[in-house]
Amino acid sequence: MNATEQFKALATILYKEIHRFMRIWMQTLIPPAIMIMLYFVIFGTLIGKRIGQMGGFDYVQFMIPGLIMMSVISNSYSNVVSSFFGQKFSRSIEELLITPLPHYLILLGWVLGGVARGLVVGAIVTFVSLWFYDLSVDNWPLCIFVVISTSVLFSLGGFLNALFAESFDDISIIPTFIMQPLIYLGGVFYSIQLLPQFWQTISLGNPILYMINAFRFSILGSSDLEALGFSIYSALGMIVFFIVLFSVICLWLLNKGRGIRS
Amino acid sequence: MKALSISNLKKEYQGGVQALKGIDLQVEEGDFFALLGPNGAGKSTTIGIISSLVTKTSGQVKILDIDIDENHSLAKKKLGVVGQEVNFNQFEKVGDIIRNQAGYYGLGFRKSKENAKYYMKKLDIWDKRNEQARKLSGGMKRRVMVAKALVNNPKLLILDEPTAGVDIELRRSLWDFLTEINNNGTSIILTTHYLEEAERLCRNIAIIDSGEIVENTSMQELLTRLEEETFIFDLAQPINEIPDIKEFEVILENPKRIKVTLGKGQGLNTVFKTLSGIGIEISSMRNETGRLEELFLELVEPTLKEKD
Repeated sequence: MNATEQFKALATILYKEIHRFMRIWMQTLIPPAIMIMLYFVIFGTLIGKRIGQMGGFDYVQFMIPGLIMMSVISNSYSNVVSSFFGQKFSRSIEELLITPLPHYLILLGWVLGGVARGLVVGAIVTFVSLWFYDLSVDNWPLCIFVVISTSVLFSLGGFLNALFAESFDDISIIPTFIMQPLIYLGGVFYSIQLLPQFWQTISLGNPILYMINAFRFSILGSSDLEALGFSIYSALGMIVFFIVLFSVICLWLLNKGRGIRS
Repeated sequence: MKALSISNLKKEYQGGVQALKGIDLQVEEGDFFALLGPNGAGKSTTIGIISSLVTKTSGQVKILDIDIDENHSLAKKKLGVVGQEVNFNQFEKVGDIIRNQAGYYGLGFRKSKENAKYYMKKLDIWDKRNEQARKLSGGMKRRVMVAKALVNNPKLLILDEPTAGVDIELRRSLWDFLTEINNNGTSIILTTHYLEEAERLCRNIAIIDSGEIVENTSMQELLTRLEEETFIFDLAQPINEIPDIKEFEVILENPKRIKVTLGKGQGLNTVFKTLSGIGIEISSMRNETGRLEELFLELVEPTLKEKD
C-alpha cells in the first residue's frame, strides 16, 4: 500500500471508530457528563465549600483538571478495549486481517479512535466544569500535549488489554481493579501533600499521579509535582516512555498474532 | 501465471495437532477450483493461512506469483475472501460495512461508494443498504459477505462454504453470479459440502483429507474414474420380489422402487432393455447420489470410518 492508500485506510478505521461511539452516544458521551456533574454538585458545591482551599486553590478549581483527566483516561481506554475486543468477539476483526493493512495502521486507527473519544468526552466535561467555575488555562501547549499524550497512552493500554482478553470479564478486570483505584488515588480529589510521608512515597509509584498533576500544572500553573521536587518534564518523559513501550509491545503482539490469529 | 501456489504448507496447532502436513497446491489463473474434504480435513486452515487469519508453521504461499511473506500488502490486494461464518459488525448498516471494507484496501470514499453500490446492486441487496445487518436473513448476510469480498475487485476470490444453510433460490443465483465473475477473469477457489455445487461450477478439484491432498486433478478426469454408479428407478407397477438379473446388481427398496448399481462401461441401455424384457416398466429414474459424491466418499472413506 502506498502512502495515499494507507492514509485512506487509516481514515476509514478512524471514521468507523468515531461513528461507532457517536452512534451509541447515550452510552458513551452522556454518562461521563452526568457523572462529572454529580461530582461537581456533591464534592464541589456541597462538600467543597467546607473543605475550602486545596493546594492553594478553591477546591472546585483544584478538582477540575483531575476530573477532566479522569474522564479522558477512562474513556480512551474503554473505547479501545471494548471496540477491539468487540471486533474479536464478533470475528469482524477478520475484515481487517484479510486486507493489505499493515499492523501499525490497525493499531494507529484504534488509538486515534480512543483519542477521539477521550477528547470529545474531555471537551464535554470541560464544558460542564465551566458551569461551576470560570476556568482559565495557564499553559495551552502543555495542556494540549498532556491531554493528547495521556489519551494515546491509555488507548494503547486498552488495545493491549483487548489483545489478551478472551471474555467480556477480561475487559473489565483491569479498569475496575487497577485503573480505577490508581485514578482515584492519583490526586484527582486531593493533594498528595495531605498524605503522611509513607503514603506520599507509595503514591509516587502511581504513574497516573504524574499525568494528573502535569495536566493540573498546565491549567493552574502549579501542582504537587514541584512541591515534591519533580520537574514537569519528568512527568512528560514518563508519558512518552510508556507510549513508546506500549506501542512496541502492541506491534510485537500484533505481528505474533496474539489474540487475533490461531 | 498461477492464481495460487502453495508449497509444502504445514500447520501444527498448539497441542501438537497437525492440521496440514505439507500440502502442495496450484490453481491456474482464471480457474474455478474446488477444494473439498470432510470436516476437519484442513480446508479452512488452508484458507485461513492464505488470508492471514491463521499463522502457518512452515511453507510458502503465493497469490498471483506474489509471496505473501515477501510482499504481504501487494499479495493481499489481489485477494477477496468469503469466510464460513458471518464476520462483520451486525450493528452496522449494510452499506457502511461494504464501503468500509473497500476503505481498508485504500480505496477513496468515492471509489468505495461506487464499488459498494455496484456489488450491492449485483447481489440484490441495494434496497437493504440502510438497514442494520443484524436485521437481515441468513441468505442476505451471505450476500453481504460476498459483496464485501468483491468490493476491492480481487483477482482471486476464495469462498469457504458460501452457500451453507442458504435456500435453493439464493444458492442458484449465487452460482450464476460466481460463474459470471469467473467468466470475467476472477479466479475462484470454492470449498463446499454440496458436491453437486462443485461438480456444476468447478473445472479443477483438490480433495484434502487429514491435512494431505489426496487428489488434485480436473473435474472431468476425476469423474471418469468412477468405478460404479448407482441409479434409483421408480416403477410404474409394484413388484414383490427382486428380479433375477445377472448383468447388474439390483436391490428392491420398496415395491415401487429399485436400486441398480452399474459398473464402469455398463450403459443404461442394458438396464432398460433387461427390465423391459422381464416386464418391468419404469416411470422415472435418477442418480442415487451425485457422481462426485460417490468418488469423494471413496477417497475419504477411511477418515469418515475413523470418525464413526
